Amino acid sequence: MSTLDIVPGKSSPNEPQSLTVRQQPPDNTIGGVSDQITAVSLGKAPLWWWIGLICSVALLGVFAFTLGSIAIRGTGLWNLSIPTIWAIDIANLIFWIGIGHAGTFISAFLLLLRFKWRGTFSRFAEAMTIFALATAGLFPLFHLGRIEYFYYLAPYPNTMWMNPQWRSPLIWDFFAINTYLLISLLFWFIDLIPDIAALRDKAKAPVLKFFYNILAMGWRGDMFHWEGLRKAAFTLAVIATPLVISVHSIVGLDFAVAITPGWHHTIFPPFFVVGAIFSGMAMVILFGVILRSGFKLQNLIPLSHMDNAAKLLLLTGMLVVYGYLIEAFGAWFADDAFEFALVANRSTGPFAPAFWGMILLNALPIQALWFKSVRRSPTALVVIALCVLLGMWLERFVIIPVSLSYPYLESMWNVYTIGVWDFLTIISPFGLFLTLMFIFIRILPIISIAEAKQHLAEEAEHAHQ
Amino acid sequence: MPNEMTHHEPHAEDGRQWQPMQLMSEEDAFEALLRRDHPREAAAMQMAKVNRRAFLKIMGASLALTGFGAVGCVPRRTDEQIIPYVRQPEELIPGRPLYFASSMVLGGFATGILIETHEGRPTRVEGNPNHPASLGGSNAMVQASVLELYNPLRRVGVLNNNAASSLENFTQALQRALQSRNAAGLRLLTETVTSPTLAAQIKALLEAYPGAQWVQYEPVSRDNVIDGSLLAFGEVVNTVYHFDQAEVVVSLDADFMASMPGSVRYAHDFASRRKVRADSASMNRLFMVESTPTITGSAADHRLALRPSQVETFARALAAALGVPVEVPTARPWPSAWFDAVVANLRAAGSSIVIAGNEQPPAVHALAHAINAALGNVGTSVVYTAPVEANPVNQRAALAELVADMEAGRVETLIMIGGDPVYNAPADIPFGAALSNVPFTAHLSYYNNDTSARSAWFIPQTHYIEEWSDARAYDGTASIVQPPIGPLYDTVVSAHELLALLTGDTRSGYNIVREYWQSQYQGGDFDRFWRRALHDGVVPDSALPPVSPTLVSDLNAALGAPTAAPGGLELVFRPDPNIWDGRFVGNAWLQELPKPLTKITWDNAALVSAATARQLGLRNETLVRLTYQGREMEVPVWITRGQPDDVITVSLGYGRGLGADVDAGRSFNAYAIRTSAAPWFVSGVTATATTIRYPLATVRANMETENTEHVHLLSLAEFQANPDLYLAHTPENSAYPPFAYDSYSWGMSIDMTSCIGCNACIIGCQTENNIPVVGKDAVRRAREMHWLRVDRYYVEDASGSERTVFQPLPCMHCEQAPCEPVCPVTATVHDSEGLNTMIYNRCVGTRYCSANCPYSVRRFNYLTYNTDEPLNAEWRNPDVTVRIEGVMEKCTYCVQRISEARINAKNEGRPIMDGEVTPACAAACPTKAIVFGNLNDPAAQVVALKAQPHDYGVLAELNTRPRTTYLARIVNPDESLRGTAGE
Repeated sequence: MSTLDIVPGKSSPNEPQSLTVRQQPPDNTIGGVSDQITAVSLGKAPLWWWIGLICSVALLGVFAFTLGSIAIRGTGLWNLSIPTIWAIDIANLIFWIGIGHAGTFISAFLLLLRFKWRGTFSRFAEAMTIFALATAGLFPLFHLGRIEYFYYLAPYPNTMWMNPQWRSPLIWDFFAINTYLLISLLFWFIDLIPDIAALRDKAKAPVLKFFYNILAMGWRGDMFHWEGLRKAAFTLAVIATPLVISVHSIVGLDFAVAITPGWHHTIFPPFFVVGAIFSGMAMVILFGVILRSGFKLQNLIPLSHMDNAAKLLLLTGMLVVYGYLIEAFGAWFADDAFEFALVANRSTGPFAPAFWGMILLNALPIQALWFKSVRRSPTALVVIALCVLLGMWLERFVIIPVSLSYPYLESMWNVYTIGVWDFLTIISPFGLFLTLMFIFIRILPIISIAEAKQHLAEEAEHAHQ
Repeated sequence: MPNEMTHHEPHAEDGRQWQPMQLMSEEDAFEALLRRDHPREAAAMQMAKVNRRAFLKIMGASLALTGFGAVGCVPRRTDEQIIPYVRQPEELIPGRPLYFASSMVLGGFATGILIETHEGRPTRVEGNPNHPASLGGSNAMVQASVLELYNPLRRVGVLNNNAASSLENFTQALQRALQSRNAAGLRLLTETVTSPTLAAQIKALLEAYPGAQWVQYEPVSRDNVIDGSLLAFGEVVNTVYHFDQAEVVVSLDADFMASMPGSVRYAHDFASRRKVRADSASMNRLFMVESTPTITGSAADHRLALRPSQVETFARALAAALGVPVEVPTARPWPSAWFDAVVANLRAAGSSIVIAGNEQPPAVHALAHAINAALGNVGTSVVYTAPVEANPVNQRAALAELVADMEAGRVETLIMIGGDPVYNAPADIPFGAALSNVPFTAHLSYYNNDTSARSAWFIPQTHYIEEWSDARAYDGTASIVQPPIGPLYDTVVSAHELLALLTGDTRSGYNIVREYWQSQYQGGDFDRFWRRALHDGVVPDSALPPVSPTLVSDLNAALGAPTAAPGGLELVFRPDPNIWDGRFVGNAWLQELPKPLTKITWDNAALVSAATARQLGLRNETLVRLTYQGREMEVPVWITRGQPDDVITVSLGYGRGLGADVDAGRSFNAYAIRTSAAPWFVSGVTATATTIRYPLATVRANMETENTEHVHLLSLAEFQANPDLYLAHTPENSAYPPFAYDSYSWGMSIDMTSCIGCNACIIGCQTENNIPVVGKDAVRRAREMHWLRVDRYYVEDASGSERTVFQPLPCMHCEQAPCEPVCPVTATVHDSEGLNTMIYNRCVGTRYCSANCPYSVRRFNYLTYNTDEPLNAEWRNPDVTVRIEGVMEKCTYCVQRISEARINAKNEGRPIMDGEVTPACAAACPTKAIVFGNLNDPAAQVVALKAQPHDYGVLAELNTRPRTTYLARIVNPDESLRGTAGE
């Protein structure tokens, strides 16, 4: 590889002028890319970053207070009841795991399929995966009535030779989520090593230098290093790819295995996977647009890549819509009175706004993505992504507390309502996720420097030919 | 004036003697000293300090009393010899419960009970199988009465003008008053007395004080029954019904299965003729005419909703049709086919019963007597005896007379035993105001209530579990009230002891009762007789002998001309199914018990029909203002099916204590508009709709339509016509071989035809299994903890009549339990005897099991409902784990009872016999609708029941294979009434 002076104009030919106004022209040299990306971490933080971080930390405080209260005073603080034994706790779990899915999907799935544009998103999408998983992982823990005995779920050696119940989907969950977290973390870290080395080389403050020094694990950019790294990344990608499918399938099985009306659907595992990638892509697009304009990375996150991500959003969205249709069809086709009652209660009962909100927000806005101009409009993408995120949260809400409100025996029907603590539990997890994201974008390269350079080099080669 | 149960603070300000004490009591050192040296007084001190709201919060959640601290009550045995029920051990064996026969008295009438004690601590009350009023069954109030013993609301110190005093001071003051004042100015006010000993003591008192008078008053009295008897026979007789002898029963607004003396027995006898089996398919038939829906009406084969004032017309018409010469109004506001069917059925029946309700006027009772005589029922299904009450009089009239004397200054000394007339006297009898006219007043009461607060002296009374007494049952059978423990507090006094004080008698309660019976006993060896009476819980051969009263010659003249039925809105007062006349208002178990039909907890409600609500503009859970003769009350509306149009029903007893209305700063006190002239129903009431929302806590979603496929309803004819009827779901084949149960395999059968929905099983389960109370707010959030619930369905039968069906739902103990495989920590597993068990200390509280339970019978401790405050812990069954916050729990089939039986059987080297294990719900059931046993025992009763053609499992189509199965509800409608309106 040699230093090339090339302008990657081809990658973003249709970029609107309003967004390409740059105070300083991007230095699209290999060295310039390094400088530009590391500057995000090592340079002076913009004001919006500080405001965002402070707000996020405040929300994180609310989150800590909420979960702390729940742990000390009991899960009864949530508006849970006997039919509705889960509500926001598990809805959040699924929502946040779903957010995480896009990261692994992009980095592992698309890596194996050798989609070039994945490199743009992979780094922060993977970070999102880990932070979303960290957020999601708190809910199975804090939803427990006796959180102090969470380790009963693990097959640890004990005098009674007591094992967990292997037939329980919650145990599958326990292992699936833990495996997923571990592999995602490794995958992310392996990919980070060359970039951390770049940071190490650029960092001036001794503390930072020390910190990056340890994390870089002695990376020198040696050919053997690169070879090993590629092998490791591919091996992990091969391991991680089935995990994308398995984790949310297993989360889907939490519900499909139960005989509860509204849960007992064989379509749930694939439906959950698609839904997860759908919501995850929405989050990736949202962050992509924010980082792109926030740190002026228009050259490195080109609109053509946003376009590709939007196509994926459209695809997964249509699959989710198919799932809704199949669910209604299933109730009708099976002629199951309980499922029928549930569909009627969901669509006309007190939760009708949530149900129709879910349908409208998930099915309608994405239809705009059939148009290229929309796919390449950052503003439109932000709006659509927000609709999808809200719609997918509502979907989880409809699946959990709404289904549970209507059990088999009508004498136990009880309509769930969102109380104060429930509300805090809905909004405050964003505090943890965003705090981690804000810290991440300032201490680690948000775009893979190595991959960006490679991308530039390849494009330059194309240009020469 | 606010009473003690609603206010703890106000007494300090008017108590001169209290003040220095109060100042002193601020000091911690004093408290510590008091606690060390006088623990029981310290308890009383603490009590006065606890703020009511804070208290209710805790009490509502879990019956606890913060700060009751290290005191509480140490159970002691009585000094006297008491005889345990089953066997007398040489010494108490730790860990083994002892049972003592005793009696619980309500409205004067006794129900025989067995009190279970653990290491001297009473924990549970069950029916006494030897006692005629129980036969082993009981009701919710009997079951819950043990909680009263430990009620922290109880005031345990003597008060003089609401300031702390002592029993010695009272005795001296009493002696002074008795000596200095006119004997003719002495009045004794009690509740209904059937106790032979107390009656003898009162007789002695009245002899010692010439001119003194004894007045009885309680709000749910039997005045109409007594006056009806006088009207029919010219004398007071007691009527004992033998429902097991009657083929046809016609009830004239009589809720005989719930609110009459002997109702536990009546429910049992009635249900005994409704045990429909493949080989013995016959049933009695009940025609119910009622003015408000009751559980008796729910059990009826034909039910006619009439306005209360129309019941007399119905009774007259019925009497006339059956040959009793009485005048009948021409208007007949009921379907003639219905009426004709009643007449035809009564005529055709070999023996029958026509029974009039307590709430109906004397004329209806007199007519019922005449009809029974005309049908030849007297002596078989209807038996008359001498009155059970020691002095059966019209109590309202007596109270009015007493108040007139008080107002005129003729009463100088008023001793009141029990009751709360300031609160519950008819609104037109100003008892409270008249009380201040009496120079010396003393109130012996368990709680410091409104009457105590207005009396010069408050004397704390013993609970029935800690006192010696006696009482008579509905048929006159006498039984001894035997205390398994001594009084929890030294300061409490029983009614017998207080009466003894009045006559200068210094004997203990035990000696008074024992010596009374010794004086009555004719044979030799009194000790043996006494021991027998204590052991069995009944005095042998004490039932009153039958008498044959003669009807007055001209009943028509005695009844007078029928009055024209009034128009307009009618208001019905009923004793509350849970808190009765208000006496159980401090009982958290009964407050949280869902009322049988409305499933409302913690509150009073005005029951109205949907049509009337529309007409008056009333909305559910919104207050309505009821006005009658210038008096008014507000109460939330509850639209109820089966309620006659233009009739509003309210319960008595609310407006104080633990009721949710008090907590919300309101009072739904029906006594405020109840007058002596119309104690049970009035017409000419105005109902004004308000816009004030008042949410009620009901455990049942109130829906217009409901899915009724979980209850099977058959008519007797359908049952007989389909010998091959098979309702049970055939389990689907499984790839796995079934588990081989080689020892026991437990199962339960619930007969929905026998179940009357009385709720005894719920409280039975609650007291046996240490189930906490959660409070109104938690009930509204659907977090009630009852392991057993009774679902109520309105089902339309084949002929188009609507039936109320009750379905008790304990855990089904599914053979393929959906809850088991989903628990990640194996906290709920099947055991080798088929039980679906719950391992509390393994449970981490994921609640997944509950999501997967199609019956929703699992309960979760969302918050800390069980606290370890001493008084809260006292009633607990030591054989059952107390569950903590974050743990799932559910019905265990009373596994502790199975274990006990297994240990007994093992010790004796034999298998567990059929009937040896009875879960608490089955034990409490008055109609024996719940049968439990070993499915591996071919001779077991439960096996025979499960082989019945009408046996089925709820939601068995899910292939859960429930071990609790149901016998379909079978009704016996008259074919001639198929499809007629009016029901």
